[in-house]
Amino acid sequence: MSYAIPAFLPFFLAALFAAVAPVKLRYLLVLVPLVNGILIYLNADQLTPISVQLHTFTLQIMDVGAQVSEQDAKLSLLFAYLFHLACFICLIYALHVKDRVQIVAGLLYAGSAVGAVFAGDFITLFIFWELLAVTSAFLVFARRTQAAKLAGIRYLIIQVLSGVLLLIGAISYFQQTGSTDIGYIGLGSMASWLFLIAFGIKAAFPFMHSWLTDAYPEATPAGAVFLSAFTTKVAIYMLARTFPGEDLLVYIGAAMTCFPIFYAVIENDLRKVLAYSLINQLGFMVCGIGIGTALALNGTVAHAFNDVIFKGLLFMTMGAVLHRVGHVNGSNLGGLYKTMPKTTIFCIVGAASISAFPLFSGFVSKSMVMAAMIEAGHEYLWLMLLFASAGVFHHAGIKIPFFAFFAHDSGLRPKEAPTNMLIAMGIASFICILVGTYPEFLYQMLPWDMEKAYVPYDLTHTLTQLQLLFFSALAFVWLNKKGLYPPELKSVNLDFEWLYRRVLPSAGRGLALFAKNVKASVVEISVSAMNALPVMKRGNDANAATLTLRMALGFVVLAVLAFVTQFI
Amino acid sequence: MKIETNNAEQKIAFFDDPKNVMWILRIFYAICILLVVADFIVHRHIYVSFEEIPAFYALYGFVACVVLVVIAKAMRKLVMRDEDYYDKRDDEVEQDVPRVAVEHSAEDNSQSHESELADKESHK
Repeated sequence: MSYAIPAFLPFFLAALFAAVAPVKLRYLLVLVPLVNGILIYLNADQLTPISVQLHTFTLQIMDVGAQVSEQDAKLSLLFAYLFHLACFICLIYALHVKDRVQIVAGLLYAGSAVGAVFAGDFITLFIFWELLAVTSAFLVFARRTQAAKLAGIRYLIIQVLSGVLLLIGAISYFQQTGSTDIGYIGLGSMASWLFLIAFGIKAAFPFMHSWLTDAYPEATPAGAVFLSAFTTKVAIYMLARTFPGEDLLVYIGAAMTCFPIFYAVIENDLRKVLAYSLINQLGFMVCGIGIGTALALNGTVAHAFNDVIFKGLLFMTMGAVLHRVGHVNGSNLGGLYKTMPKTTIFCIVGAASISAFPLFSGFVSKSMVMAAMIEAGHEYLWLMLLFASAGVFHHAGIKIPFFAFFAHDSGLRPKEAPTNMLIAMGIASFICILVGTYPEFLYQMLPWDMEKAYVPYDLTHTLTQLQLLFFSALAFVWLNKKGLYPPELKSVNLDFEWLYRRVLPSAGRGLALFAKNVKASVVEISVSAMNALPVMKRGNDANAATLTLRMALGFVVLAVLAFVTQFI
Repeated sequence: MKIETNNAEQKIAFFDDPKNVMWILRIFYAICILLVVADFIVHRHIYVSFEEIPAFYALYGFVACVVLVVIAKAMRKLVMRDEDYYDKRDDEVEQDVPRVAVEHSAEDNSQSHESELADKESHK
C-alpha cells in the first residue's frame, strides 16, 4: 500500500463537506486528521511524490520519496504529524461550535499548513503560504465583533504582504539560480533577504510581530487554538529548511525571547499574554535554527512540537474561560477554580509544560536549545535565554493560572467547560506529560543525527531547572507580599502596532487636512484674484476707464509673453 | 483577609481557607530552602563560568523575575493607555455568568489573595 494523494487534499474535501453537510454530522470531521495522519505514519516510507504541470512550470505539491534527503523528509513528516495532531485536537475542541465559518476555515487552514510542509518548490509554498493567510483570517472575523473585524483585516494585510515578499523572493531566486526548489539558501543575495523577511513576518520577528498579538486575542475561542498551532510553526519549518546556522538568527531569537515577557507581565487580556509568550517560545526556536548544530535543530523541532501542544492547551483553557465568561481580562477574573476545577488542572499542566518543569514537555526540548547555546559559545545570549526561561514561568506559568483561576475571588461562578473542550484539553495534557516523562517518544522522530543522544534528566539539569523555577516563583510570592506586583488593570499597552494603528493614520489624516487647507486657500486666492480682475458687464463696458484698464492689462500680458518667449 | 460568601456555598473552598494557603506557602518555602541546600551537597556539572557562583540558578531566577517585574511596571508609565484607546469594545457581550457577591477586605482591590494570606502569616 502506498499513500498517493496530496496530503492536504482530505482536509480540503472535509472543508467542502463541512460547508454543505448538516451541522450535526460535524463530529465525523474529527476522523479526517486522525485517519489521514495514521495513513501517512504507516506509509511514511512509501509516500508517492506528486507534481502538477502548469504550463511550463512544475508544481511539486508532494515533495517526498527517494529524491528528498533523509533529514528533509523526516522534518516534513514530523511537522505533518504535528499538524494532524493539532488539527485533531482543535476539531474536538470546536465540536460544540455550530458556526460553519470556523470549521471550514479551520480545516482549510490546517490543510494549507500540511500542504506547505510537503511543498517542494517556492511557488507551491507561496500558494499555501497565502492560503494560510486567507483561511486563518476568517477565524478572527468569525468572532463577529468590530474589534475582531478590524484586527482581522490588519492581520490579513500583513500576512498577504509576507506572501508577496515570498513571491518576489522566489522570482528573483529563480533568476539567479534557475531553480525554485526549496533547500538551503543562506543570507547574501537580495532574494535571500526577501525570503528571510517573508518568513520572519510569519515567525513574528521583532517589529514584525504585532499582527500576532493583535489578531490572536481577537479570534474566537476555538479560532485562537487553531491559529496558535499553524502559521508560526510553518515559518519555523521554513527557516529550519532554508536558513539553518545563520548567525543573525541567534540574535533575533534571543531578542524574541526577551522583549515579549515584559509586555506579558503587564498585559491584562490573558490570551494576549499567551500571544506574547508564543513569541517568546518562537524565540527559542529561532535561536536553535541560528545555532544550526544537530542538537540545536533537533531542539528547535522538538520545541516546536511541544509548543503547539502546550500553547494550544493554554489557549484552550483560556478559550474555555472566554466561552463561559465572555472575556479573559485578568482584572475581572479570579476564583474560577471553584466551578471549573478540570479546566484549572489542565491549565496548570499547560503552565508547567511551558515553564519547562521536570516531567512536563517543555523541559525536554527547551533545554536542548539551551545546551546547544552553551556548546556554540554564546554565553551572554545563554544568560538572556535563561532570563527568558525564568520570565516564562513568571508570566505564563504563574500569571495565567493564578489570575484566571485563583487570585482574589471575582464572584464569578461559570459552569465547567463543555465536555468536548475538556476531552481536547485532556488529550493535550496527556501528550504534554507523555513527552515530559517519556521523551524518547519525541526524540526518535527528530530529523538530525546527533553524535551522542541528549539526556534531559540528569541531576544537574533537573536541580538547576528546579532552582530557577522555584526561585522565580519565590520572587512572585515576595513581590505580591510586598505589594510590588503590578496589579491587573484594564488597559491597552502600546506596542509596535501603535505605528500603524495610530501614528500612520493620524499622520495620514493630518496630511489630508493639510492638503484640504491648501486646496481651500488656493481656491480662495484664485477666486479673489478673479474678482480683482475688472469685470466687463453689459451696460458699463463702454466705460472709458474700464476699456483703458483692460488695454493696459492686455499690453502688460503681451509684454510679459514677449519677454518670456525670448528665453525659450 | 476574609472572604465571606453569602450564597449556598456551605464549606469554604480550599484556597479560601487561610490555613491551607499558609501550609502551601510553608511547604513551598521549605522546598526552596532544600533546593539551595542541595546545591552545596550535589556536585553540579559546570559548563559556563557563571555557574560557579553558589546557587547561581536560584539567585538568577529570583533576581531575573524581580528585575522583569520592576522594568515592566516602569514600562506601564510609557506604554499604558486606556482600554478603549484603539477600539470601542461595546459590542462584546459578556456571558450571563452566575455570580456570588464577594466582600473583600478593605484594601483588596488589586492585591492577590495569596499575598494577603502571606501577609497575615508574616504578622503572626
